[in-house]
Amino acid sequence: MSSSERAAALPQWTRATSTWRDALLVTWAVARRDRFALAGLVIYGVLLVVALAAPVVAPYNPQDLNYRPDGEVAADEVPSLPHWLGTTNLGRDIFSQVLFGARAALVVGFVAAFGVVVLGTLVGLFAGYYSGWVDTLLMRLADVAFGIPFLPMAIVLVAFLGPSIWNTVLVMILLLWRDTGRVIRAQVLSLRTRSYVEAARVLGASHLRTMFVHIAPNVLPLSFLYGSLAVGWAILTEATISFLGFGDPNVISWGFMLQDAYNSQAMARHAFYWFVPPGLCIMLAVMAGFFIGRGYEELLFPRLRRR
Amino acid sequence: MNHLLEVTDLRKEYPLQSGLLGAVMGSRRVVHAVNGVSFVLDEGGSLGLAGESGCGKTTTAKLILKLLHPTAGSIRFAGRDVAGLDGSDLLSYRRQAQFIFQNPYEALNPRFTILRSLLEPLIIHEIGRSIAERVERVAGALDRVHLNPPETFFLKYPHQLSGGQLQRVVIARALLVDPVLLVADEPVSMLDVSIRAGVLNLMRDLSRERKLTTLYISHDLALIRYMCSVTAVMYLGTICEIGPTEEVIEHPRHPYTQALVSAVPDPDPTRPRRPVEIADTVPTPFQLPAGCPFADRCPQVMEVCRHLRPLLLPVDGGVRVACHLYPGSTPRAAEGDGAKLEPN
Repeated sequence: MSSSERAAALPQWTRATSTWRDALLVTWAVARRDRFALAGLVIYGVLLVVALAAPVVAPYNPQDLNYRPDGEVAADEVPSLPHWLGTTNLGRDIFSQVLFGARAALVVGFVAAFGVVVLGTLVGLFAGYYSGWVDTLLMRLADVAFGIPFLPMAIVLVAFLGPSIWNTVLVMILLLWRDTGRVIRAQVLSLRTRSYVEAARVLGASHLRTMFVHIAPNVLPLSFLYGSLAVGWAILTEATISFLGFGDPNVISWGFMLQDAYNSQAMARHAFYWFVPPGLCIMLAVMAGFFIGRGYEELLFPRLRRR
Repeated sequence: MNHLLEVTDLRKEYPLQSGLLGAVMGSRRVVHAVNGVSFVLDEGGSLGLAGESGCGKTTTAKLILKLLHPTAGSIRFAGRDVAGLDGSDLLSYRRQAQFIFQNPYEALNPRFTILRSLLEPLIIHEIGRSIAERVERVAGALDRVHLNPPETFFLKYPHQLSGGQLQRVVIARALLVDPVLLVADEPVSMLDVSIRAGVLNLMRDLSRERKLTTLYISHDLALIRYMCSVTAVMYLGTICEIGPTEEVIEHPRHPYTQALVSAVPDPDPTRPRRPVEIADTVPTPFQLPAGCPFADRCPQVMEVCRHLRPLLLPVDGGVRVACHLYPGSTPRAAEGDGAKLEPN
């Protein structure tokens, strides 16, 4: 091949080494082999579409009161053609609320998971790579985070910072990075003694370059595993906080709907159409995270694979 | 000839237990991985470090490449102390001294394509102005190690290549920065026997062509004989014999060297063999005997060996030996605390 031919092929060669593309390909490989992981991806896909399309698809504004033709508030309606899942005791459309609830779940789940992954991976990289006092400091911090009971602390912090969805996300990031950090650190401890990391040092790579260019791509799949688990955790926690009444009152989430239904004694009235759909949605979203995590786990630790 | 590399009384110790109990008990047990190694390597020369597993060969190499910090002693490269290098001085040292790893399957990042791995040194040292120019250099480097045509390897991942091909890629990567010193740690021990000669010949040709100074580390005396003009035999962190390769292998003086040489298989079955038997228990490196480290296994051990450590001193034939069998090695003063080799 002549040098001009090589110049022509250059873009193709340089494109082939993108870490993120690699990680996405791994995800796809997991999904293709594992039916559960595929189901998880499909659930997340539907969640994403519903969340984005909610304002267009939802028949009503989820916060609006609805009226019957005679001018009465359409409260406690059973499912019908205009209101597929009926209405709440204040005449709000339950189906629209379920659709809009996907938005809260998406924001909380993915933003929190992203934060957890970024923070946890950074902590793990620095602690594992530098070891010594950096490691001691960061891992004692992780110990403190492990010692804090998660849910009570989350409730206290949200109550203290004010009931907003972003505070909920922040609290979850601050409390959930610990698992990711620990696991990534352990992985980095083993990777940093590999020859190719030493080779990077011998070639003159700086500490930061060694960490982020040579080690980080090799722990990213593990980060993604913990990320996918964190999505489920975050959605579940947000629902819990909302159900207990510490959630953001201006945001319709599935947890908020459950609280609404509980407070207005929907269960006593057997209004299954009200509290079952949000509950199912929470369950599906959390399960999706664990399904994907499971698939990743089998890819990362092939011994778990059933023969 | 100039000394390119001067290693003087190099030591590396690892503390064994550093917990609270250890501090209270006051016991400071250390592993002496490298215990007073001294040698000089001339510009353009080739030195072979031989010795059994755990004798500190690899630690010595990693100390020279500043992957580890020495506990004591000095390494001078072209007159400058390696341990004190940092910043741009360190970067320029990194360009001049390169390392060939023992395990080629681990020496390349599994998530990098071959092209990406080979671009890395060029990116770090800012060699080549454009990406196109760098790719040209990579192609040239692959060509030099006989991986042809180079383009077919660009997008391969390490797991898609054979061990021999990987080691060639590792050699190509080391040579991309135009080093003057090449340290090879058991460069072929992980490779199939059938392809070892090819890789060794390649390394020998390339280092001759580029007038590289080379340091080979191996347990295999035949390999060292083939590649190196000077041989040093290490035992438990110290050099017990050093001299011109032919002299060391044809007329081994130190009992340990004699045992090593007699263990090399001879292709001629009719030649009479005179195996030197030694006990197979190596003293652990944290309970070093007070005298000669080899005393417990030595077939010719004498009373003096138990309590006096021999110095590495010249005998005939340009060889230096640390053994009481050779009168020069016994220090005159009753207290001798380590083998010392003064570069003359």
